[in-house]
Amino acid sequence: MAQKKKAPVRRETWRRLLSYLHRSLPLFVLTILFAAATVVLSLWIPILCGRAIDCMIGPGQVDFDGIAECLVKIAIAAGLVGILQWVMNSLNNRITYRVIADVRRDAFDTLTHLLLSYIDSHPHGGTVSRVIADVDAFADGLLLGFTQFFTGIATILCTLVFMLTIHPLITLVVVVLTPLSLFMASFIAKRTYDMFRLQSDTRGELTAQINEVIGNQPVVRAFSKEADCLDEFDEINGRLEKCSLRAIFFSSITNPSTRFINNVVYAAVALTGAFAVIGGGMTVGGLTSFLAYANQYTKPFNEISGVITELQNALACAERIFSLIDEGRGPTDKTGAVDLTGSSGQVTAEHVDFSYTPERELIRDLNLTVEPGERVAIVGPTGCGKTTIINLLMRFYDVRGGAIRVDGHDVRDAKRDSLHGVYGMVLQDTWIMKGTVRDNIKMGREATEDEVVAAAKAAHAHSFIRRLPQGYDTVISDDGGALSAGQRQLLCIARVMLAIPPMLILDEATSSIDTRTELKIQNAFAAMMRGRTSFIVAHRLSTIREADIILVMNAGRIVEKGTHDELLAQEGFYSKLWGAQFEAAVG
Amino acid sequence: MKTLFKQLRTYALESVLGPLFKLLEAMFELFVPLVVADIVDRGISSADGGAVVRGFGILIALGLIGIVCSITAQYFAAKASVGCATKLRHALYAHIEALSFSDLDRIGIPTLITRLTGDLNTVQSGLNLALRLLLRSPFVVFGAMIMAFTIDRRAALIFLAVIAILGAVVTVIMATSVPAYKKVQSELDALTGTTRENLSGARVIRAFRMESGEREKFASHSDTLYRRQLTAGRISALMNPLTFVILNVGIILLLRTSGIRVNAGVLTTGQTVALYNYMTQILVELVKFANLIISISKAVSCMKRVEEVLGTEPGMSFPSSAPAEIPDAPAVEFRGVSLRYGAGEESLTDMDFRIERGETVGVIGGTGSGKTSLIALIPRFYDATAGEVLVNGVDVRAYPADVLRGKIGYVLQRASLFHGTIRSNLSWGASDADEEGIDAALRDAQAKDVVASKEDGLDSAVEQGGRNFSGGQRQRLTIARALVRRPEILILDDSASALDFATDAALRKSLAALDYRPTTIIVSQRTSSIRHADKIVVLDDGRVAGIGRHEELLSSCPVYREIYESQYKKEA
Repeated sequence: MAQKKKAPVRRETWRRLLSYLHRSLPLFVLTILFAAATVVLSLWIPILCGRAIDCMIGPGQVDFDGIAECLVKIAIAAGLVGILQWVMNSLNNRITYRVIADVRRDAFDTLTHLLLSYIDSHPHGGTVSRVIADVDAFADGLLLGFTQFFTGIATILCTLVFMLTIHPLITLVVVVLTPLSLFMASFIAKRTYDMFRLQSDTRGELTAQINEVIGNQPVVRAFSKEADCLDEFDEINGRLEKCSLRAIFFSSITNPSTRFINNVVYAAVALTGAFAVIGGGMTVGGLTSFLAYANQYTKPFNEISGVITELQNALACAERIFSLIDEGRGPTDKTGAVDLTGSSGQVTAEHVDFSYTPERELIRDLNLTVEPGERVAIVGPTGCGKTTIINLLMRFYDVRGGAIRVDGHDVRDAKRDSLHGVYGMVLQDTWIMKGTVRDNIKMGREATEDEVVAAAKAAHAHSFIRRLPQGYDTVISDDGGALSAGQRQLLCIARVMLAIPPMLILDEATSSIDTRTELKIQNAFAAMMRGRTSFIVAHRLSTIREADIILVMNAGRIVEKGTHDELLAQEGFYSKLWGAQFEAAVG
Repeated sequence: MKTLFKQLRTYALESVLGPLFKLLEAMFELFVPLVVADIVDRGISSADGGAVVRGFGILIALGLIGIVCSITAQYFAAKASVGCATKLRHALYAHIEALSFSDLDRIGIPTLITRLTGDLNTVQSGLNLALRLLLRSPFVVFGAMIMAFTIDRRAALIFLAVIAILGAVVTVIMATSVPAYKKVQSELDALTGTTRENLSGARVIRAFRMESGEREKFASHSDTLYRRQLTAGRISALMNPLTFVILNVGIILLLRTSGIRVNAGVLTTGQTVALYNYMTQILVELVKFANLIISISKAVSCMKRVEEVLGTEPGMSFPSSAPAEIPDAPAVEFRGVSLRYGAGEESLTDMDFRIERGETVGVIGGTGSGKTSLIALIPRFYDATAGEVLVNGVDVRAYPADVLRGKIGYVLQRASLFHGTIRSNLSWGASDADEEGIDAALRDAQAKDVVASKEDGLDSAVEQGGRNFSGGQRQRLTIARALVRRPEILILDDSASALDFATDAALRKSLAALDYRPTTIIVSQRTSSIRHADKIVVLDDGRVAGIGRHEELLSSCPVYREIYESQYKKEA
C-alpha cells in the first residue's frame, strides 16, 4: 500500500520539478544535444589515434599523408569537444543555479508565512537545512545528475558501437568481464553500510557528549568532574576509533578491487587482441584504441550507479522541500479580509477553546471582554502557559472553538498583517536581529534619527548604546552577542516605544532588568499604556493590582478571572499566590 | 602542524608504510604500457604467441601485486589517520578542560566545540588522503615522464611541455576558483543566517510586520549568490575542456614525432603505443592531484585551528597538595580584590569584606553590577587581578582545584542538567550519597514533587541539557545537586529566578534550617530573597555600595533603599 501511495507522490514531485525547469527548458535540451556530440567526438579520438599508429608500420614504411589526415581530424574533434564542453558546463551552471534560486525563493516565501505550530514543533536546524542544503542537493543531484546519467549511457552505447566496429569478439570479452567490477563495488558498499551507520551514530554520541560537557564547563568544574567527563569521552572516542577504522578501511578496498578487475579486463583485451592482430583480424592501431576503450569502459558504469543514488537522494530532498512549502504554510488572508489598522483596541473572546494537542485541553469556554484602554494582567506560577494567550491574541495559533474578535471582527476574517500591526509586543525571550542597534530599534517602522534616540531614551537604553563601540551603528548578532539579557530587553522595549501601536502585549517585558531601572522604565510604560489596551504577563504586584482584569493561570489553564478584589474574595488560587508573595514582601 | 607530526610519530611505521606501498602500486602501474609495447613489438610483429601469453601473465601479476600493495597501503593510512585523530581529540578535550575560564571566554565555547568535532574530522580525512595520495600522483606524473625518457628522448620532451602547461593551467584555474567559491560560501552563510533568523525570530518579525522586508533581504542575498555562483562556475567550467584540448595537442605532437622517428627506425610501433598510453595517464593524475591539494589545504587550516587551542597555555595552575587551613578564620574573605576581564574596564574594584562560618550572606545589585563575577572568585573560576580571596584563611590559589571546589556547593544561574537519570545528576554532588541523603537534598530544594511527577522517580531519564524539565524544575534539581554534597559553602547565583514566590519562600526557609549549617551566599535581584540574611553586600557598578543588615542598609545605603523601594514601595 505504501508503494501505491508513493508512486503518485513521485509523479507529483516530478511534475513540480519540471515546472521549475520550464523556463530553462530550451537550454536544457541544448545541453543534452551538446552532451551527445561531446561523447561521440571524444570517443572518436582513440580510433583516430589507432589509425595514425597503423600508418607507422616500420622504418621507411610510414604513411605521412595518412598520419597528417588523422591528426587534422583529431585536432578538429578535440577543438569541438573543448568548445562544446565549455558551453555545456556554462549552460548547466546557469540552469542549476537559476532553479536553486527559484525554489529557494518559494521556500523562503513560505517560511515567512509558516505556521507557528510548525516552527515550534520542528527543530529550526532541520527547516534551515531544507531551505539551504536540501535545495542545493536536489538541484545539483537532479540536473547535474541527469546530464551525467545521460552522458554515461551515451558513452557506454557509443563505446560499444565503436568497439563492435573494430572487433566483435573482443568486445564480448569486455562486456562480459566489466560487470564484475560493478558487482564488487556494490558488494563492498552493502557490507560497509552498517559500519558507516555505526560510525555516524557513534560520532553523534560523541558530539552530544562534547556539547554537554564543554558547553557546561562551570558546572563540570564546580563539581570537579573533569576527569570523569574525560573518561566518559575516552570511552566513546575509543569506540569511534574502532568503528571508524573498520568503516574507512573496508570501504577503501573498493578502489583497489575495481582497479584490479579493470586491469584483468585490460590484460584480457591485450591477450585476445594480440592474437587477433596476429591472425589478421585487427590492426595494432585497432588494438590501441581497444585498450583505451577498455580502460574507460567501466568508468561510466561506476558513475551511473553513483548518479542513481544521487538522483534518489535528490528526489527525496525535493519531496522534503515541497512538503515544507505545502504543509507548513499558514492560511492566506480571506478575500475581503478586514483591515484592522486604526483599531480602537476592543478585544473580546467568545467561548474560546484551545489546545496545542487534541489530548490536552488547555482553554475551555473562555469569555472575556476588554474595552479600549483597559489593562489585562495574566498571572500564574512559572510555566503555567501564559504565553498561550499571547499566541492566540496575535493569531500565532488559531483557536479550536469560539472566536477572538478585535473591534467585533473575528481575527480569522482580518488581514493578518493588519492584526499584527495593531499590537506592540515585548517578549521575555528577547530576540535581536543581526544588524545595527539602530536597525533593531527601527524594526517597527521607518523613523528619523531623533525619533530613534527619543525611543531609546524612553527605554533607558540610550546611555548604554552610547557606550557601545560604534554607538547606534554597532552591529549585534542574532544571539545578542556582547549584550546582556537586560540590555537586550531594553532594546526590545525601545522598539515598541518607537512603534506606538494601539494595543500592547508585554510578556515579562522587564524580567531581566534590575528593579531600579525597571522602575524608571515603568513610568515610560505607564505613559505609553495610557489609552491603549494592554495585555501584561507580570509578577509585579503593583502591575497586577492596577489591572482591570486579571487572568489567573495554572498548569496551562485559565483557572480564575476577575479584578484583584474579586479574586481575593474568592479565596482561590489567586489569593494563595498573593498570600505567598505578600508574605515574602512583608514577613 | 607540529602537534600533528608529533602525533604521527606514534604511528611512524604506519605513516611510512602507507605511502611506500602506494608508491609500489604506482610503480607497477607504470610498467603496464611497457609490457603492452613488448606484446606489440615481440609478440605481434613476429607472430610469437608465447610472448603474447607471457605478456598477459605479467599484466595479471602486476595487477595482483597492485591490489595487494594498495590494500596494504589503505590499511596503514586508515590506521594512522584514525589513530592520530583519536589521540588529537583526546588531547584537545583534555586541554579544554584544563584551560581557565578567561581562556574559554576569549576563545568561545561554540568554536571549541567545532574544533573538537568538525575540524578534527576534516583533519582525519585530510591526513588519510595525504598518506595515500600525496606522493602517488606526482610519482605517476613524473614516473610517466621518466618512462617516456627511457623510450625516446625527443618524444619525452613533448611530455615535459604538456606536463608544464597542464600543471600551470590547473594551478591557475584552481587558484582563481577557490577564492571565488569562498565568496559563494560566505553568501550562502548569509542566506543561512537569514533563514535561521526568520525561524528563531518568527514571532517578533511578524509582530513588527517585517515579512516583506525579510523576503526582499533574502531575495537580494539569493541574487548575489546566483551571480557569484555563475562567476565561480564560469572559471571551473574551463577546467575540463582546456585540459582535454591541451592533452590532445600533446597527443597530436607525439604521434607526428613518433611517425618521423618510426620512419627513421629509432622507434618501434609498440613503443609508440606505450608513449600514447603514458600520455593519457598524466591527465587523470594531474586533476586528481589538484583536487587532493584542495582537500588537504582545508585539513591543514582545520589543524591550525586545533593547534591554536592546543598552543594556548592554561592561564591558571593549581598546587597538588592541600594547604593547612586556619581553624577560626572566616569562611570566605575578600582582601582588596579587583577583577578585570581581558583589557576591559574593571568589573570589580576593591572588594574588602569577610563572611564568617555559618553565616548567610546576600549579594544584591543591578544588572551588570558584578554579582556573578564576585562569587565566581570563590571557587577560583577566575583569578583576582589584585588582592586575594581566602577560604578558611588560606588563599584560594594555594588549594588544589578539587579540594577547593569540593567544599563548595555551587548553583549556577543557568540551570543545566546532564543526560542520564535524575539520580545520576544528583550524585554529581557526591558519588557516595545514599538514598537518604538524596531524599533530604530533594526535600530541602523543594524538588520532591519534581521527582514524584515522573513515572520512574529518581531513575527517570534526563535528556541532554535537561530539556525534558521546565526551567523551574531544573532550577530546583540543580539546587538539590549542590545540597547532596552537604557543602561547607553554598552559593546560589540567582538560582530561584524561575521559582514563584511561594516556592522561593519555602526554599529559603529550609535552607536556613539545614542541620550542617553551611555558609550560604545568595545572589539575587529581589530584596525579598536576601532581606533575612546576616549580612547583605550591595554592589553598584563593580564597587561595594554598602554592607550590613537589611534595616541598617535601608537607612545607610541609598542604592539598597532604591532597589528595595523599586520592589516594595507601592505595596508596603
